[in-house]
Amino acid sequence: MTTLTARLKGHRGAAYPLVMLVVFFVVPFVIMLSVSFFSRDDGAFFQPAFELSNYSRFISPFFGKVLLTSLTLSAAAAIISVSVAVPFTYFVTRMRARWQSVMLVFLLSVLSLSEVIIGFAWSTLLSKTAGIGNLFVAIGLMETSQSFTPSLGALLLGLTYLGLPYAVLVLYPALSRLDPEIPEAARMLGASPIRSFFNVVMPMMRNTITGALILVFVFTLGAYLLPQVLGRPQHWTLSVHITDQAIFQSNLPFAAAMAIFLMLVSLALVGISTLLGRART
Amino acid sequence: MTQVQIENVTKKYGNFKAVDGVTVDIPDGSFVCLLGPSGCGKTTLLRLIAGLEDLSGGSLSVGGMDYSKVPAHKREFGMVFQSLALFPHLTVAENIAYPLKIRGVSASDRRARALELLDLVKLPDIADRQIHQLSGGQRQRVAIARGLAIDPKVFLLDEPLSALDANLREHLQIELRQLQKTLGVTTIVVTHDQREAMSMADTVIVMEAGKVQQVGTPVEIYRNPANAFVANFIGVSNLLAGRLTGPAQFTFDGKVINLTPEDILHVQKGQAGTLSVRPEDIVVLPDPAQGQLNGQVNFIRDLGANVEILVRVGDIDIISVCAPQSRPGVKMSDRVGIQILTGRATVLAA
Repeated sequence: MTTLTARLKGHRGAAYPLVMLVVFFVVPFVIMLSVSFFSRDDGAFFQPAFELSNYSRFISPFFGKVLLTSLTLSAAAAIISVSVAVPFTYFVTRMRARWQSVMLVFLLSVLSLSEVIIGFAWSTLLSKTAGIGNLFVAIGLMETSQSFTPSLGALLLGLTYLGLPYAVLVLYPALSRLDPEIPEAARMLGASPIRSFFNVVMPMMRNTITGALILVFVFTLGAYLLPQVLGRPQHWTLSVHITDQAIFQSNLPFAAAMAIFLMLVSLALVGISTLLGRART
Repeated sequence: MTQVQIENVTKKYGNFKAVDGVTVDIPDGSFVCLLGPSGCGKTTLLRLIAGLEDLSGGSLSVGGMDYSKVPAHKREFGMVFQSLALFPHLTVAENIAYPLKIRGVSASDRRARALELLDLVKLPDIADRQIHQLSGGQRQRVAIARGLAIDPKVFLLDEPLSALDANLREHLQIELRQLQKTLGVTTIVVTHDQREAMSMADTVIVMEAGKVQQVGTPVEIYRNPANAFVANFIGVSNLLAGRLTGPAQFTFDGKVINLTPEDILHVQKGQAGTLSVRPEDIVVLPDPAQGQLNGQVNFIRDLGANVEILVRVGDIDIISVCAPQSRPGVKMSDRVGIQILTGRATVLAA
């Protein structure tokens, strides 16, 4: 004990993040982990026990498919968000400082909207009666208005909208630090503006882009409302099922087991992509 | 022939004219320095020549062809940027070969050309290093090699040596000049360092407030500055405001200074003018009764290689520079005489 206090003395600053991590992450995680092994009680919520049935129930073709859907949807949303965010952020960083802050404030205001509002706003916007279909009819693109939701496209749109501001926030510092003479140098050497972007700017931003992909991927993995509002039942992600089990079926142990499993899988994926990124440098 | 002709070129940002009606003719194979203080428009002019900025007015022709509308990546110019802008994700050889890759040169030919250029800039054996492993001087040379990889029509350099320490800078100035002579490429360098311009250029273009102040060889500009700005910016000048009172007689502060036929006069007899005299043409005499002027020693700075003496005359300080062995026996606050050695002086328009 004395050695521990002695050791901690030299690292007082480290105590703060350590305490925060334990209180807000380790403790809830341990609770969730233990609940995932508890047995479900019909009358109450759950009883302390140690059983693996919550995990074994999860190993089934149905949940396998759900897991695959979740990962694919989030990966797709991450790729679309970052593909939109990279050129967007690049052009924002080329603007004058005043316009840059206007753009960023505008974008950050999107973060203040909850998933609920985003979900229902898009649902209305894509609906038959009040949606964008009417606009297409008005400009002669369509004969009669139709609903675009629920569909896979609508869901991806919603997830992309959710992930885009985060992607921009990750990309912005790195892109604004990029020496503006770098793309100019590529142009002087004979690369067209588009070519200089892909040949020079993108490779220099690789680590940041990987970071943005991971962030949006992990973030959209937790979306449980958008799949229900904008997607069909076959698009329901693991997060939807976790919510369903935890809130509507009152099966917290099973929900906890699924949450743990989802976390491990996404951790593994993030780890692999980080390793791949490092191996290439 | 890659003569560069700049005709009445103007660049406006809103109401601000960064470059204001510049007309210059740069002959094929010459080494030109754009010289001026920061904000004088020299870098903007270079970027206009590079095609990185659009002209607001005027025209630019290269080798007799109109280049005003040719995009930067189709100009076939080489450029070294102030930040060097080497690509950190590529090796040294890949950096140098990048313009060749764009032009579809095969991998083996690219490699051969990169090695050849590294030899040219005296950096063999570093082809496979990463950029972050290089020293400042090495990066500088790699940037020069990359700029020369395609045998550019025109080679542009924006303050290329400003990040280097003084010794290395002087060394590279000589090397850059020799390299340019060997290759014979038309070269335009932006610099704010008059010593750098004087030691490298065939022609110096002095700019201020977006306008060209003077164009000439380094010696012409030093010996015969067109105006007080140039006289003061190129080296140090003593500027004495007075009047030309005779065909070879300048009067300053009631004292007569006799001129010689070698002195250059920009004003007529009877007109007000400014006599520009270099510090090395001012001799401080211990006897205040001698010389054309007299004053009080205000400051003495011994720089080792030479000695600077500031003498207060009326309300101006006159600077004298001499070699340590000819240092006059004077000290701070002494009353002294000042001898102006004429023959290398200029009388500028007031």
